[in-house]
Amino acid sequence: MHPAPFAYKAAHSVEEALELLRSHEDAKILAGGQSLIPALKLRLTQPAMLIDISKISSLRGIRRENGKLIIGSGTTHREIEKSSLVAEASPLLASLAPQIGDVQVRHRGTFGGSLAHADPAGDWPAAALAVDAELVIAGAHGTRTVHASDFFTGMLSTVINADELLTEIRVPGEGTPGIYLKHRNAASGYATVGVAVTATHNHGRIGTVSIAVTGATPVAFRASAAEHALTGHAVSAHLLDEAASHAADGLECLSDIHAPAAYRAQLVKVMVRRALGKLLHA
Amino acid sequence: MAVATPTRAFGASIRRREDPRLITGRGKFTDDIHLANAATAMFVRSPHGHARIVSIDTSAASAHPGVLGVYTFENVKGFISGMPCAWPTTNTGDTLKLATYPPLADGKVRYFGEAVALVVAVDPNTAADAVDLVHVDYDPLPAVINNEAAVAPGAPLIHDSAPGNQAFRWSLVGGDTNGALAHADVRISQTLVNQRLIATPLETRCAVADYNPASGEVTVWVTSQNPHIHRLLIALSTGIPEHKIRVIAGDVGGGFGAKIPYYAGEALCIFASKELGVPVRWSESRSENYVATAHGRDHIQHIEVGATKEGKITALKVTAYASLGAYPSTAAPGVPTWLFGCIIQGPYDIPNNEVHVIGVYTNTTPTDAYRGAGRPEATYMLERVIDLVAAKVGRDPVEVRRLNFVKKDQFPFKVANGTLTYDSGDYELALDQALHTVDYTHLRAWQEEQRAAGKLVGIGFSSYVEICGLGPSSAANAMGFAGGLYDSATIRVHPTGKVTVFTGVHSHGQGHETSFAQIVARDLGLKVDDVDVIHGDTDKVQHGMGTYGSRSAAVGGGALHMAGMKIRAKAQKIAAHLLEVAEEDIEWVDDAFRVKGSPDKAKTIPDCAFAAYMAGNLPAGVTPVLEEQHWYDPENFVFPFGTHICVVEVDRETGETHIKRYVAIDDCGEIINPMLRDGQVHGGIAQGIAQALWEEAVYDENGQLLSGSLMDYAIPKASVMPHLELGHTVTPSPHNPLGVKGIGEAGTIASTPAVVNAVMDALSPLGIHHIDMPLRPAKVWAAIDAASH
Ligand SMILES: Cc1cc2nc3c(=O)[nH]c(=O)nc-3n(C[C@H](O)[C@H](O)[C@H](O)COP(=O)(O)OP(=O)(O)OC[C@H]3O[C@@H](n4cnc5c(N)ncnc54)[C@H](O)[C@@H]3O)c2cc1C
Repeated sequence: MHPAPFAYKAAHSVEEALELLRSHEDAKILAGGQSLIPALKLRLTQPAMLIDISKISSLRGIRRENGKLIIGSGTTHREIEKSSLVAEASPLLASLAPQIGDVQVRHRGTFGGSLAHADPAGDWPAAALAVDAELVIAGAHGTRTVHASDFFTGMLSTVINADELLTEIRVPGEGTPGIYLKHRNAASGYATVGVAVTATHNHGRIGTVSIAVTGATPVAFRASAAEHALTGHAVSAHLLDEAASHAADGLECLSDIHAPAAYRAQLVKVMVRRALGKLLHA
Repeated sequence: MAVATPTRAFGASIRRREDPRLITGRGKFTDDIHLANAATAMFVRSPHGHARIVSIDTSAASAHPGVLGVYTFENVKGFISGMPCAWPTTNTGDTLKLATYPPLADGKVRYFGEAVALVVAVDPNTAADAVDLVHVDYDPLPAVINNEAAVAPGAPLIHDSAPGNQAFRWSLVGGDTNGALAHADVRISQTLVNQRLIATPLETRCAVADYNPASGEVTVWVTSQNPHIHRLLIALSTGIPEHKIRVIAGDVGGGFGAKIPYYAGEALCIFASKELGVPVRWSESRSENYVATAHGRDHIQHIEVGATKEGKITALKVTAYASLGAYPSTAAPGVPTWLFGCIIQGPYDIPNNEVHVIGVYTNTTPTDAYRGAGRPEATYMLERVIDLVAAKVGRDPVEVRRLNFVKKDQFPFKVANGTLTYDSGDYELALDQALHTVDYTHLRAWQEEQRAAGKLVGIGFSSYVEICGLGPSSAANAMGFAGGLYDSATIRVHPTGKVTVFTGVHSHGQGHETSFAQIVARDLGLKVDDVDVIHGDTDKVQHGMGTYGSRSAAVGGGALHMAGMKIRAKAQKIAAHLLEVAEEDIEWVDDAFRVKGSPDKAKTIPDCAFAAYMAGNLPAGVTPVLEEQHWYDPENFVFPFGTHICVVEVDRETGETHIKRYVAIDDCGEIINPMLRDGQVHGGIAQGIAQALWEEAVYDENGQLLSGSLMDYAIPKASVMPHLELGHTVTPSPHNPLGVKGIGEAGTIASTPAVVNAVMDALSPLGIHHIDMPLRPAKVWAAIDAASH
């Protein structure tokens, strides 16, 4: 449990971090270290240099602007969990944050680090997809904004290039009801399956619905067919049953010693149904 | 220490006196030992389950700056060529095939994680870098993991010395099982898997060795449950004279059996210290602990049961395939044999029973004792059997237990195979108290309502008896254990009446510094805070056998009490002398020797101690100083028992088990400290529930350990534990000096079948009668899904 040798540098601004990334080959960003440090200790990754971004104050914090919640990538899970602003503006994020790891992990691990890491069993990717977050990525030539639906490219991979940095995440902030349900792996506490759902309804009719699933497949995904089946329809237990029962159609689920693919597919259906039931009271 | 302690110490819930030290980081664990110039040892470990070693190239590692030495089997074999097995047992005509267990792989690796080379460097980072520089060329061989596949024709051969991968066949026979089976009203056949587990003590194993070339002495700090056994085995395996070896196991962070064995890690630290002339330290990482420290359980059992139509079991036949792993660890052969087979009929009067155990080698980490060691394997089997019989004859499992119990008036009770005589018990009393606690009649009514509402709820029972207080040396010797199982105590009353106690058993979480002080405080009329307990250092403590098999209170505590009585006997002479009366005219009342009829004329132990050290005014024939020693060899084992009840709800859609209630009624005889007793039961139940629901060491077919870290091996977390409702009955052991029986393993032994029986009861309306552990949600859901198609 001793990492291979590496150089370490703490950056104090986004520009400095980008400069360091540019000028050092094989450098890696260190945020909360809750995924990276274990990988280093197991020597699964052996970067030549770590660039610590945890001291960049501009990457940290939560604010509301033009109805959007703007969350710095370096904001910790715990800060999100404890934020009254998040509780009001995004019930989904507020419901998810306390379900990550344990208190110690949440005090160090960051929102941006989780998204950038793109762990197939990570929790935040589901929420980011469900709220259609905009991810702001800074690079040598300025910043670009990517929708969550375009951000994740595969297991542990995203569109962030080696010389780029995720700086902030923007999510809708009008308080849309949302919930995150998680089936924990009994050993790791990570999501065997996690479902993030937001839904509005008015006079018994469903307005918008979004359903995103993590843990089941190599990359988190939106259950679009189920969303379509629900949008605009009258709320009924039967409708929710029906929509949820197709939530895993065509999925190629992950399989491991804890949960074979068929079980993950079952969890997707059951948990989507339960999340919908909680939000739509049916 | 600011802990209020009543004088009436024995039986009080005194807080653990060791906790202020441990909680504030003032403990001294092996890894806290920092000696000047100490080098760090690390191991190159096999990435294969089974492979021939073609070559090992250590040149790059040796040349790496800061590396002091790189060693393979060829280099170390002159110092130690094999790890000894202390329980080389068999009882059938077949000879025991005790494979050589080399400290580093000798030409072949036989399990994933086996140590292949030793690297010693100036610091841990350098050592870790050098480990990566050792190049080993392997020629992979087919591996065998499953216990029955290992002894099937054509299986890959693990040791040339053990044809067919069989280490032994072992049997015990009582009565006429085949005859009784033939005449039984009902018969049941069932196969049960008792899965492989990983002990996971919070502290991994560590060692620090400091060899002094000038004196030839070596001091070894090591995470051991039994320092004197370690010293003996080090002496026998390395040739270092026993009196030149000091083994220190100070604070040890949990053991659960896995720190009984003597391992290559500590032996090779001694080797390296001797070779390099500096102290050498080694600390396992968690990943290393998972492959290099003994695993537990791992049985496949085939069971045949015969019963009357009322559910009285007339015959029980068990054939178990037990894995030793790749090599025979220190106590390994004894665990699935004697510790399992003797108690095969548990708390039941089963007149005809047979147990046959086939010990096999597989390409897995060696196994050894793990909390309960053998008895959980027997209890789980029996308690599943009772429920299967109850279902078959259509009776309440409570009634079937009652019908089969050894009755209160049958004690002392000799088991059918003749090996054990249960000392005392009242099994129905514990069962009745458990039933009363759950309000059984209402509980079953509630279950009916829940079932009618479509819920899967179940009630599970587990009644057990265990063999504790290991044990009489004569029995241990007869069972092939290469050692006595007595234990020892020295009580040193200082001139001021303060006391230091030296115990031959070892505390690694049990709390002896508290409970043992309570025993002495009562016996000598002192405050608990006046008594300190020393253990775990072979240079301080007289020979003792350490802690396992719930033996500390029964055997170590027994020795302590007897030594205390010797102190009292000597002090009584001194007291009589000081009081100027005849010895017969004083009595021990209210913590002092008092003149009969004039209780104010009294001398306390401190009074007598002072006189004993002044020594000028002692009665004739009484020697100076107040210090006594006792070695206690029990006349029998002790047999704690009890009944646990678990109530569960199973989520039909996800297969998750939710424990709604958990009641444990345990009888460990006299209780020294109820709080410590409860703590032992809590921890034990947590581990037992975890075996039922979560824990499992999983290998793939090539011998890779898939559950090789806490990311994949599910130990119980505080957050998933149910509330535990504990109770007890008190049936003292008639032969133990303190009347105690032992409580360290009861929770683990009892809880596993209680949980599994509850889940099976919940699933019984679906026609599901058995699922092998652990009852992971995915597995339970798959069974539910299959049953509803
Ligand atoms: C015991 C434990 C339990 C856990 N349980 C859970 C759980 O239940 N659910 C869950 O979702 N997660 C869990 N985690 C992971 C945790 O949430 C991590 O915090 C998270 O995955 C990574 O965030 P981090 O800030 O720690 O990133 P780091 O570990 O520092 O970095 C992770 C990766 O992301 C890159 N990176 C980080 N920040 C940026 C950025 N701003 N721009 C570009 N790249 C970046 C790094 O280079 C690295 O490759 C657990 C971790 C531990 C140790």
